Amino acid sequence: MVELTLPKNSRMTVGKTWPKPAGAKNTRAFKIYRYDPDSGANPRVDTYFVDMDTCGPMVLDALIKIKTDIDPTLTFRRSCREGICGSCAMNIDGINTLACIYGLDEVKGEVKIYPLPHMPVVKDLVPDLTHFYAQHASIMPWLETKTNRPAKEWRQSIEDRKKLDGLYECVMCASCSTSCPSYWWNSDRYLGPAALLHAYRWIIDSRDEATGERLDDLQDPFKLYRCHTIMNCTKTCPKGLNPAKAIAEIKKMMVERVV
Amino acid sequence: MADTGQIDRPLSPHIAIYRKQLTSVISIFHRLTGIGLAATAILIVWWFLAAATSPAYFDFIDGLMTSWLGLLVLLVSLWAFWFHFFNGIRHLRWDSGKGLSMEESTRSGWRIVIFSVVFTTASIYLVI
Repeated sequence: MVELTLPKNSRMTVGKTWPKPAGAKNTRAFKIYRYDPDSGANPRVDTYFVDMDTCGPMVLDALIKIKTDIDPTLTFRRSCREGICGSCAMNIDGINTLACIYGLDEVKGEVKIYPLPHMPVVKDLVPDLTHFYAQHASIMPWLETKTNRPAKEWRQSIEDRKKLDGLYECVMCASCSTSCPSYWWNSDRYLGPAALLHAYRWIIDSRDEATGERLDDLQDPFKLYRCHTIMNCTKTCPKGLNPAKAIAEIKKMMVERVV
Repeated sequence: MADTGQIDRPLSPHIAIYRKQLTSVISIFHRLTGIGLAATAILIVWWFLAAATSPAYFDFIDGLMTSWLGLLVLLVSLWAFWFHFFNGIRHLRWDSGKGLSMEESTRSGWRIVIFSVVFTTASIYLVI
């Protein structure tokens, strides 16, 4: 359902402005979404000032610096710091991306950071991804086979393997799904770009033998067809992948198998 | 949503904080122009209906439709028609699996915006 405003408990208030670091000449303002589940208070937006002369080049560097030097209670997920784990996905300067590979020089003025949009917030910049992962699991993200297992391995030609390029690289950071207005309004029934990209990755895998069942499962007014080709997903993907194209290919296969 | 119902977690902000960009703006305008065109279609049927009813009633509706407000509605609808038409073709092309890269869709997005303005202007000159 389309709901443009936030529920009462989710409306943001103006939070604390933290003092500028002493002696810093070159500071930059960061406005960061804060939510403390223990306090019961509404989320707020805190302002921090970071000394840019002693800060690394990426948004994640600034977040870690704030947590180390200013406010240890600031909570966010991060791990690999090189765009391969997908943990630090968040909304930076209005778009979803990975904080570790998004340069501070790509943002003009103050840096606004929110959790991934339209998700239940666990704490600060940490969204609850339970439902998102359940949707991924629902598309059977594994090789389904019926023929007897080969003596050595499931073989694939170089050409067939090439079809998986641009799909297997997805790190499940949820940036695309949470950038999609259709997913905002219908995430309970619409699978969203990430899960559908993974669905396509297995549908076109030459070794997979459950293509028909996979397409049957997506034959539903919501699961697949809530995609209206808005293309916010492709626009925002930090890995440069194209979920919109993958979804269009699934829709094409749906038509091709009936005509 | 799965397993999140028990805890009263806040919902993170969405449409108000997400950057307005070509992808989503064209999409929302496609819907708005679609709804607007349906409304204008009813308006025009009403106009014809009035012509078939009586001269006095037609004069009344015709007066409304050719007033500055009526003309403004028709002008916006004309633009809405061309916008919806060209973006519809863009969608048909997408549905055939073509033009879906970010570069191509950005280019085609700006193209339909320009086309809609050019064709609106051209249609006005053709009619007047």
